[in-house]
Amino acid sequence: EKFGLGRPALPKEIAAWDLDVAPDGTGVPKGSGDVFTGEEVFAEKCAVCHGDFAEGVGNWPKLAGGQGTLDHDDPLKTVGSYWPYLSTTWDYVNRSMPFGDAQSLTPDEVYAIVAYILYSNDLVDDEFVLSDATFNEVELPNADGFILDDRQEAEAHFWNPEPCMENCKESVEITMRAMVLDVTPEEDRADAPADVEPVQDAAAEQPAEVSDEVVVALDPELVAKGEKTFRKCKSCHQIGAGAKSKTGPILNGIIGAPAAHVEGFRYSKAMKAAAEDGLVWDEAELAAFLAKPKTYMKGTKMSFAGLKKDADIEAVIAYLKAATAE
Amino acid sequence: TPDPLITEVQDWASGLGDGVDATPYGLPIEHEADVVRRNVEWLTADTISSINFTPIHALDGTITPQGCAFERHHSGAIELRKEDYRLMINGLVDTPLVFTYADLERFPRENRVYFCECAANSGMEWAGAQLNGAQFTHGMIHNMEYSGVPLRTLLEEAGVNPAGKWVYVEGADASSNGRSIPLEKAMDDVLVAFKANGEALRKEHGYPVRLVVPGWEGNMWIKWLRRVEVMDQPVESREETSKYTDTLADGTSRKWTWEMDAKSVVTSPSPQSPIKHGTGPLVITGLAWSGRGAITGVDVSVDGGKSWTEARLAAPGTDKALTRFYLDTNWDGSEMLLQSRARDASGYVQPTKAQLREVRGLNSIYHNNAIQTWWVKASGEAENVEVS
Repeated sequence: EKFGLGRPALPKEIAAWDLDVAPDGTGVPKGSGDVFTGEEVFAEKCAVCHGDFAEGVGNWPKLAGGQGTLDHDDPLKTVGSYWPYLSTTWDYVNRSMPFGDAQSLTPDEVYAIVAYILYSNDLVDDEFVLSDATFNEVELPNADGFILDDRQEAEAHFWNPEPCMENCKESVEITMRAMVLDVTPEEDRADAPADVEPVQDAAAEQPAEVSDEVVVALDPELVAKGEKTFRKCKSCHQIGAGAKSKTGPILNGIIGAPAAHVEGFRYSKAMKAAAEDGLVWDEAELAAFLAKPKTYMKGTKMSFAGLKKDADIEAVIAYLKAATAE
Repeated sequence: TPDPLITEVQDWASGLGDGVDATPYGLPIEHEADVVRRNVEWLTADTISSINFTPIHALDGTITPQGCAFERHHSGAIELRKEDYRLMINGLVDTPLVFTYADLERFPRENRVYFCECAANSGMEWAGAQLNGAQFTHGMIHNMEYSGVPLRTLLEEAGVNPAGKWVYVEGADASSNGRSIPLEKAMDDVLVAFKANGEALRKEHGYPVRLVVPGWEGNMWIKWLRRVEVMDQPVESREETSKYTDTLADGTSRKWTWEMDAKSVVTSPSPQSPIKHGTGPLVITGLAWSGRGAITGVDVSVDGGKSWTEARLAAPGTDKALTRFYLDTNWDGSEMLLQSRARDASGYVQPTKAQLREVRGLNSIYHNNAIQTWWVKASGEAENVEVS
């Protein structure tokens, strides 16, 4: 039975959304990228989370290494050691990366990034060019490392019409205690009072001078716009109550603060040097930094490409003020 | 002595409470403020691509309120208005179609209760007892009544070609989370849902439309569903190759382990829900579920698995939904090694940790459905332990 609901999808609409790539290469667009270009693009768009050599930063995923570890304790699963198909890498980078700015890469940039990831896994040499023509030549080492779900056979003994009810074991000993490992979040212990507020990170306490600065009423529309723009920053920076330093430092009280003021955050040498020279993040300096971070400060760890529109910079600064004041 | 709560006139018995306009959409009373989703910070790099846990230790019955049902997203919970919502069916079909939200509401609809469990639920417990609370060890689960349209209805509206063997389903958020599902399952019990527990889906659960894939791992329950492509092969996306595959001890990995094995846990007493009332009548309760069908029985052990007693099911188990069990007992104040063991309609019996590790090793991450042990001490406090 047909209901006659919906309307035909137009070819352009299908082309806009139907981007997935299958293991046999179905779906890859025309284009190419070499390892050298990939290294540059990767440094600009990926390294902030994945490291310059795809080795991963903090808890962010490592993309390289780990070959031969799958049968060890805590195997290292990367594109090189674990992923079965190149199509998966291409597809994921193309549709879901960079984190916070997905679907912003051109096909050539994706080819280049993927070529560099292959290189960083020692799977191709530095002359390698990945393209729609060479795509199917690449085979990943763990392509044959997967079997189909075999639980019905390998675990057939878990199906048991008469499970034991009495005298199932002779003795029972405690062999492992969670309390010894002690990894449960503090505020959730049974012995903690139920109504205790989670402890705020001390680093999130706002510098006293900040509240004095926010005397001028902020334009709520501009702040709202800035909050949207701030999504680009969110993958690395937190702001507001409970904020913590992540890949980037917390931004509470950043306006008017001296450079490199967040205690415990490991700033780049360039940032520390600028701080020693007396750099203060007033609005003008911050605007210049946000426009082109790497041009403004050579050697900064902030690998963000920059905000192209002045209006976005103005809005983000308004948001930084407002979110600090909250 | 007489209880002043009875003998003295209390404020609430004399003054007035809130008017009907105080909370147009209700919130839990402030005295239940500790019954909330919680996350474990060190698990992930960022809360935007992370998971939190349902406070199952503090809930009863089987339906999970949306407001405290666990969330898992890969690029944050997005805001997508119904007016901006589009669902595309394309690929190996007679006519590729686009539906609006309003279109979906005009198809015949079903109401079904199903559990949704993240494949990584209990994943931190593979190598040993780690987290001290049922919320953290077993809280990546919720159970809701969904209202929606069978995916089959929408696929038939587009007309599936005989060459179609799979559907690839994907979301509208920046993670583009996509999974391949065999056509057979897509035509069976999969729902395109827009209401849960009678109300609109919450933002964090995929408002306005999510996929419901009964009994199968939560990662396949695509949120903000925007596209269903009929294909002749699986996409082998990131979420079905590099993640949600189960590595065995020899280094090979199982893939397409979609079905959630039968599992259960005692929610109270448990580390976050200790016995505070001393000896005497004690209600032991918990949840059981299976991706292979209905729960047929749950056994409870207080001696670490030496002997078992069949628990009382609050209601007969239903297909791929949570079942609540009770063991109404009398506690003499002695220590207990408390366990529960689920059995399902396929005849499967929930294994011990040792049995599971024997087959799968320690590195599977996903699909840990082993029997959980709480060591309840004479004080009534409980701890997550493992036993021989």
